[in-house]
Amino acid sequence: MNETPMHYCPGCSHGVVHKLVAEIIEEMGMEEDTIAICPVGCAVFAYRYVDVDWIEASHGRAPACASAIKRLWPNKLVFTYQGDGDMACIGTGETIHALNRGENIAMIFINNAIYGMTGGQMAPTTLMGMKTATCPYGRQADLHGYPLHITDLAVQLEGTCYVTRQAVNTVANIRKAKKAIRQAFENSMNKKGTSLVEIVSTCASGWKMTPEQANQWMVDNMFPYYPLGDLKNTVE
Amino acid sequence: MDNKKDIVLLKGNEVIAKAAIRYGYDGFFGYPITPQSEVLETLAADKPWETTGMVVLQAESELASINMLYGAGCTGKLVFTSSSSPGIALMQEGLSYMAGNELPGVIVSVGRGGPGLGTIQPGQADYYQAVYGGGNGDYNTIVLAPNSVQEMCDCMGKAAELTFKWRMPVIILSDGVLGQMMEKVELPPYRPRRTDEEIAKQCPWATNGIGLKNRKYNFMSTLELDPQVMEDRNQKMAAKYRQVEAEEVDYELYRVDDDTEYLIVAYGISSRISMKAIDLLQEAGMKVGMLRPKTLWPFPNKIISQLSERIKSILCVEQCEGQMINDVRLATEGQATVFHSGRSGGMVSSPMEIVEDFKSMARERMSNKWPKGYWMK
Ligand SMILES: Cc1ncc(C[n+]2csc(CCOP(=O)(O)OP(=O)(O)O)c2C)c(N)n1
Ligand code: SF4
Ligand SMILES: [Mg+2]
Repeated sequence: MNETPMHYCPGCSHGVVHKLVAEIIEEMGMEEDTIAICPVGCAVFAYRYVDVDWIEASHGRAPACASAIKRLWPNKLVFTYQGDGDMACIGTGETIHALNRGENIAMIFINNAIYGMTGGQMAPTTLMGMKTATCPYGRQADLHGYPLHITDLAVQLEGTCYVTRQAVNTVANIRKAKKAIRQAFENSMNKKGTSLVEIVSTCASGWKMTPEQANQWMVDNMFPYYPLGDLKNTVE
Repeated sequence: MDNKKDIVLLKGNEVIAKAAIRYGYDGFFGYPITPQSEVLETLAADKPWETTGMVVLQAESELASINMLYGAGCTGKLVFTSSSSPGIALMQEGLSYMAGNELPGVIVSVGRGGPGLGTIQPGQADYYQAVYGGGNGDYNTIVLAPNSVQEMCDCMGKAAELTFKWRMPVIILSDGVLGQMMEKVELPPYRPRRTDEEIAKQCPWATNGIGLKNRKYNFMSTLELDPQVMEDRNQKMAAKYRQVEAEEVDYELYRVDDDTEYLIVAYGISSRISMKAIDLLQEAGMKVGMLRPKTLWPFPNKIISQLSERIKSILCVEQCEGQMINDVRLATEGQATVFHSGRSGGMVSSPMEIVEDFKSMARERMSNKWPKGYWMK
């Protein structure tokens, strides 16, 4: 980790996940062999915190970028770190195809059900009835369609080897999330196929709540809709 | 693999693929589109991953291909993509990111008639797209313009060199005729791909992790929240662009001498057709020659300005409704009138059509209807 003033809001899940990523790379001794791809979204500055070589991809294209890199540098740890707007909306095509080709990369997916960076607009993962800046009366099926379960879709694709949904709201969950990310990174190194680690996350600012309220809201509303646990593991 | 040259008869598109393998490219990422699909088809048939180790991947879209190029460029690899008009249109955001991060990467554009889906017949309506770009922000890309199958081959080598020398994307702007026609070509000897150590030495800026323990980490980002920092970056790139303009202009003169009265300016396939037209016109006693830009950016402004001083007028031949003509007009600095000749939408001029356009231009000039420097299309 670098000494960088934190740009994330208090209580934001991004910061916790960054720390896990940094710890795992260090524990694996992979500093010289990691190529990390950050998204457009609040995590656009991920490179400021974890001192490995980083590439900021354009909005949604991180999986394409990572696919090429892993093929050209097959012995490196290559992973993307993306938000729900980045991975499940503008970049759905690149996401599905990287997963389906079974690219030997890890994908970390921060699902906070909102566009955090641009100020709290509706995301493809926004829950039914949830209010955002662009669905101020709550998400409605006839106007906005349904939340996209991209992680569940990933399970169906033959290229994926490991698909899991985690959270970082409690110490126990943080431990599990760390184990999951480490497994995904090892899969990339062992060329087992694509790993997708979804982290069901909070965005207190976008949700217009305090960090405590946001955590509780996530437990009450997000977890029933996006249940935690492994969805697929062909490596074990 | 032998390292001798080979003389073969091939299509322009096939030569792009074979040249890439021989020039030691590390990878290709592309999506099928007519009239350039033979590039990926040839690579798939030749299986370079089994010989030179070159990666070949059919991407899910041109959006993906250009972002694959972007990622690869960030890590210091020599990679290229190939596409045609609508596909190149999709790549513009990625090109802007590549230029903004000062990355290497080669883009082969085999033009067809447009706009929209257009036709699959050859066109030169993507001059603006290549030279001025559709990506956002202050940036340039080097644009090479081959006019033969041999030059398609040579441009792959030249682009590989220029893209690392200047750390900017290089576009090879070709067209459907050059892509599809067969000509005799001398392929270069095999050049080995660079080793990881060579890449690390050549590209200390690259984000590939090599040597991280002994250096600060590298990152590629185009985001600058502080406008002053962004302006500083732009000015640094602009200074580089001015240097490229000073050093990399390339052009060819055809039958131009001290007595030349009229000039044709044409690139790519139009220059080949114009050569025939010039031969016919010279036989008829006209003092006409051609200037062919081999680089469209940087553009050969200086020589056009010098020639404009002493000639009567210029005919700009291109297979579109007139795009390069505006750069030619600027280059004349008002010293010569520039007229347009060309077909569009997938139609291609015959030498006789150029001869006819030339004659009406000469009549206009002789009638003295247009004062020197009047801009007329
Ligand atoms: C092509 C393009 N379109 C739109 C944007 C504006 N934009 C920046 S971040 C973002 C949404 C990010 O949301 P998400 O991926 O969920 O990340 P979060 O900030 O929530 O972590 C958008 C729409 C952009 N930068 N580029
Ligand atoms: S806006 Fe949301 S996602 Fe972004 S830093 Fe703040 S809490 Fe985190
Ligand atoms: Mg989000």
